[in-house]
Amino acid sequence: MSTARKQPQESSAVIDIRALHTRYGKAVVHEDVSLTVQPGEIFSLVGGSGCGKSTLLRAIIMLLQPASGSIRVFGQEVIGLNDEKALPLRRRWGVMFERGALFSSLTVAENVAMVLHEHTQLSASLIDEVVALKIALTGLPADAGAKYPNELSGGMRKRAALARAIALDPELLFLDEPTAGLDPLSASGIDELVKSLRDVLGLTIMMVTHDLDLLWRTADRVAVLDKGHILGIGSMTELSKLDHPLVREYFYGPRGRAAREQAWKKK
Amino acid sequence: MKAIQVAQLEIETDTASVPTTVNVRCVGVWTVQGIAPIELRLAALASSDAGKWVIDGSAISALDTAGAWLLHRTMRAVEQRGASVRINGLRPEFNTLLQLIAARAATAEPAAPVKVGLLASIGQQAWRNLLGASGMLAFIGESAIAFLHSLARPQRIRWRPILHNLQTAGFEALPIVGLLSFLMGVVIAYQGADQLQRFGANIFIADLVGLSMLRELSPLLTAIIVAGRSGSAYAAQIGTMKISEEIDALRTIGIGPQELLVQPKILALVIALPLLTVYADVAGVLGGMLMANSMLDISFSVFLDRLEDALSLSSFLTGIIKAPVFAAIIALVGCFQGFQVSGGADSVGRQTTVSVVQSIFLVIVADALFSIIFNWLDL
Repeated sequence: MSTARKQPQESSAVIDIRALHTRYGKAVVHEDVSLTVQPGEIFSLVGGSGCGKSTLLRAIIMLLQPASGSIRVFGQEVIGLNDEKALPLRRRWGVMFERGALFSSLTVAENVAMVLHEHTQLSASLIDEVVALKIALTGLPADAGAKYPNELSGGMRKRAALARAIALDPELLFLDEPTAGLDPLSASGIDELVKSLRDVLGLTIMMVTHDLDLLWRTADRVAVLDKGHILGIGSMTELSKLDHPLVREYFYGPRGRAAREQAWKKK
Repeated sequence: MKAIQVAQLEIETDTASVPTTVNVRCVGVWTVQGIAPIELRLAALASSDAGKWVIDGSAISALDTAGAWLLHRTMRAVEQRGASVRINGLRPEFNTLLQLIAARAATAEPAAPVKVGLLASIGQQAWRNLLGASGMLAFIGESAIAFLHSLARPQRIRWRPILHNLQTAGFEALPIVGLLSFLMGVVIAYQGADQLQRFGANIFIADLVGLSMLRELSPLLTAIIVAGRSGSAYAAQIGTMKISEEIDALRTIGIGPQELLVQPKILALVIALPLLTVYADVAGVLGGMLMANSMLDISFSVFLDRLEDALSLSSFLTGIIKAPVFAAIIALVGCFQGFQVSGGADSVGRQTTVSVVQSIFLVIVADALFSIIFNWLDL
């Protein structure tokens, strides 16, 4: 962890959500959701489709206005923050969207460079080098930089999206389904990548995922969401002991069991 | 509490020892936000000709990949010039980062921009145009075949999308088409009134407005409005569907995109455009009539009497007969450009623009051809 970058703040939590309520029209998405994410932690949100995982993520990154409650990121309240005040905060985090959301009119390298041109004073040549480094860090071949997003495979697009998310060396990284739609080999590549990013760069990572392998291998703590409530928060081992039918089904269903056994073997 | 937020360098050069030693003390925040001030200095430093370098990293308070890269790049540049370089005092976690960067740097090469020469770009452009033209021909052929198939099996014709397209391209265009042709009639009458008054030929305002609206302006104006409204919508819709693989999904389900997307649009527009043209005729003449009344004191009944003498059935039909042809051009070009979309949002925008420009161009060319043909036929 780079200690110098830490700002003085009331609580040490990177993300602190309290009593959050979210609605889409009349449909209630979250009811009284509270959770905290500590620095250097890999925190994961899990739950069935439509349980509000991605909505929670969107609320934290200010793409969606919750009905009530409080979301503090780096100690600062993000609900109701205007764009001008949000900018310093936005520079400190990176977001990787589920389907990449790379700008289709720019090459991969330009996608990453755009962020650096926008937010730093580095020279163009240094930016080009840093971009190439980021692309290499995410495990993409060097020639991928000159390609357009639609010329890449799904897995490569995810990596390119990750390269853009870490362009500014953010302290906090949001990953929405980082392994969805990837073959097992690419997915385990992403596992390693997520872990090494945390270990080497000291990032705090919050992700939304269905991938049990990824959860067992990387997540420090996991929150299980269902129908807008949090069923439990804890490490995978703790959660697997939780006595809730849905959680049990999640962990002891055929897929859950295989992933768990795999994880034990690794340990 | 506020620490230094930028990266700094403290340099001591020891010229007494052999080889010359440079001691560099790196201080502060070596992050992507902090390294901008020292970038040039480091580059200049790396090109000096000292033989031995000692870098002290103990005062670096934060290091990220960009900072580590700058450090690595400088060290590599120094080494390439044959000098020795050593780094001391770096915190263990920063050292790990530096090593990771060094390991990854081998594969990190900035992508070389692809340069295309003038001749090559002319050639590529010509080739693209040629491909576009032949693609358009192929598309017309495909549409014709699909149309023949439908004729053979009329029960396969999809009425629902046809009706839907009639509504959006036809009915919903009524207000704008009506308003614009009305104004067009007003403008023609206004421009003509002045000239006609000079010759005392006021009554011929009915000839002027009637003939010009019915034969030329209504069909052309309607076609141009519809090309802007519906042709662009077709291109954007099909283009977006192509990007999100919906077209491929249709094929796998066993529904031809021609059958579901193209044909209903062509058929609906071929029906709607002549009807819109008749409506535009009426609105335009109405505009002219109002103008004649207020500027030349020609009453409505006089105007209508004269209109009856001035217009024959053929002047009405020569206008209306163009409309289905224009409709086919607009729908075909719009759909074709939609299918030409590849890649992303950018391409949708480009092809939509192309579809409007091309269909208006082709409509006007077709209009000119009609004029020549009607001239031959003495209509």
